[in-house]
Amino acid sequence: MEQLALIIDLNVCVGCHACVTSCKEWNTSGWAGPMSDVNPYDANPTGTFFNRVQTFEVGTFPNTETVHFPKSCLHCEEPPCVPVCPTGASYKREADGIVLVDYDKCIGCKYCSWACPYGAREYDQRQKVMKKCTLCVDRIYDQTLPESERKPACVMACPTSARLFGDVHDPDSEVSKLIRENSGYQLMPEWGTNPSNHYLPRRKIHFKIHEDELQRVDNPLKKEGLLPEPPKDQQTLDDIYSSW
Amino acid sequence: MHPAFSVIFLTTLIGVGQGLFLALYTGQIYSIMKLLPAQNSQSFYAMGSLVALGLLVVGLFASFFHLGRPMRAWRSSSKWRTSWLSREVIILPTTMLLIALYGAIHHFGWTQPIFTLAKTQQIDLSLIIGAIATLSTLALFICTSMIYASVRFLQEWNNPLTVINYILLGAASGFTLAVVFSVIVEADVVGFYVLWAIILTIAAFITRATTLLRNRRLTPKSNLQTAIGMRHTIIAQKSQGAMGGSFNTREFFHHKSLAKLKFIKNTFLMLVFPIPILLLFIAVFGFYPLCLATAAFVIQYFGLIAERWYFFTEGRHPQNIYYQSVA
Ligand code: SF4
Ligand code: SF4
Repeated sequence: MEQLALIIDLNVCVGCHACVTSCKEWNTSGWAGPMSDVNPYDANPTGTFFNRVQTFEVGTFPNTETVHFPKSCLHCEEPPCVPVCPTGASYKREADGIVLVDYDKCIGCKYCSWACPYGAREYDQRQKVMKKCTLCVDRIYDQTLPESERKPACVMACPTSARLFGDVHDPDSEVSKLIRENSGYQLMPEWGTNPSNHYLPRRKIHFKIHEDELQRVDNPLKKEGLLPEPPKDQQTLDDIYSSW
Repeated sequence: MHPAFSVIFLTTLIGVGQGLFLALYTGQIYSIMKLLPAQNSQSFYAMGSLVALGLLVVGLFASFFHLGRPMRAWRSSSKWRTSWLSREVIILPTTMLLIALYGAIHHFGWTQPIFTLAKTQQIDLSLIIGAIATLSTLALFICTSMIYASVRFLQEWNNPLTVINYILLGAASGFTLAVVFSVIVEADVVGFYVLWAIILTIAAFITRATTLLRNRRLTPKSNLQTAIGMRHTIIAQKSQGAMGGSFNTREFFHHKSLAKLKFIKNTFLMLVFPIPILLLFIAVFGFYPLCLATAAFVIQYFGLIAERWYFFTEGRHPQNIYYQSVA
């Protein structure tokens, strides 16, 4: 069975919040109604979001690293939030493993939010129902969109490709390979929720530059700047080099 | 966790109602065994059931304030196979119905013996319905408390003690109310109820105090390292993605000072346990019984509100790890 999920590469996330705004924009404009805000242009603005980016500082100055950490529903394979729902509004889809809330059935008892250790569910103060990431279920199957755009809005927006989308049950998918090859991990594994979303850890990239690489040895004039224009009837420099 | 008054009133009020019903039925069993004088069907059992029913109704009413969409509440009975909340939603009206039936049987005097057990014990309809209602009442205690005890992420609640506390605290307050009630209707069972109210209150004190001690020694299962997957001992949050608060900061934090928590804890430890016991003890010797018993009940009930309030603030949710610093 398919299990769609997001892979978040903490090594490249720059904390720009593009995924947050893109998610909010897409999901507040959809058929399910707005993700309402309270005091949006006032003191203490607050509102409903499916996705938030948090920032952590690891280590002590000066040896610190800044980690930007996007957090949304992890679409757990054993979602503890689903069985506690008294109405059946919260459910996990058999076919693709997406955990969803049926806003027409939800009574807003907030019990499911207690049963999510990640704080991934947010109660909409205006619509009075529980909301959470839908993995853009209304985008990814939309036949009217070009194939390349059938991805969650956050994935489309990420300028650094820190967010990837795919089937983590298919061992040959791009996301499965990334998890395997970069020691992708799950959050709070101690609860046995088996989240589908994985995070790729910070990785040290060693890039060795040799002294001679600092100078362009392939510059025949040994100096930067405008090259003399070759006569029209002769080979250009490019032709010479590519024939080497 | 944030203490919501709708749920505080729901759990304490239905607790008293259930306890009162248990007290009435226990009284009836004792009087059938000839251990207590028989009571008037109408003024005692029917009236008592009405009071118990009233408390359950008010509790149910309070619970609607907890829902975002109360008009859809009927939907919540559908997932009883997996959800304790759904089970409570079914068993609460069932219990109300059974207690109403029990009261009606007494009120209309449908208490002719139906059959005789072991040649001497006459069994009537009120005994049978009462027994079923007792089971339903206990089931309701279990469902209500399991809503909290079954959430494994809240380690402070995820323990059988939560269930025991709900049962004992509900029963204790119900028996205390039964004392007041029997003083008012001048039933000669005051001593019996005082005895059991005191026993149950002491038992509740033992289990609630054990819970407080247990929760003090609890180590959280999750920490910042597992929460974000960074294997480093020094991690500081610099932002949580919002500065004006979010559902996560409203629902899962109590935002109360340690001093206030301590004050509420000490308050409920005084109001629920020693003061009512003392008042009941004096009342049973015929010293202003109505005033003292009423005071005992009211004080204990206020104490229970504080107890439930504290119960919610005790719960430390692992999601709070992600919300330690605003900016
Ligand atoms: S992250 Fe939370 S809301 Fe999402 S499936 Fe897991 S437990 Fe449920
Ligand atoms: S808030 Fe809605 S989705 Fe969550 S448990 Fe209650 S009814 Fe189910």
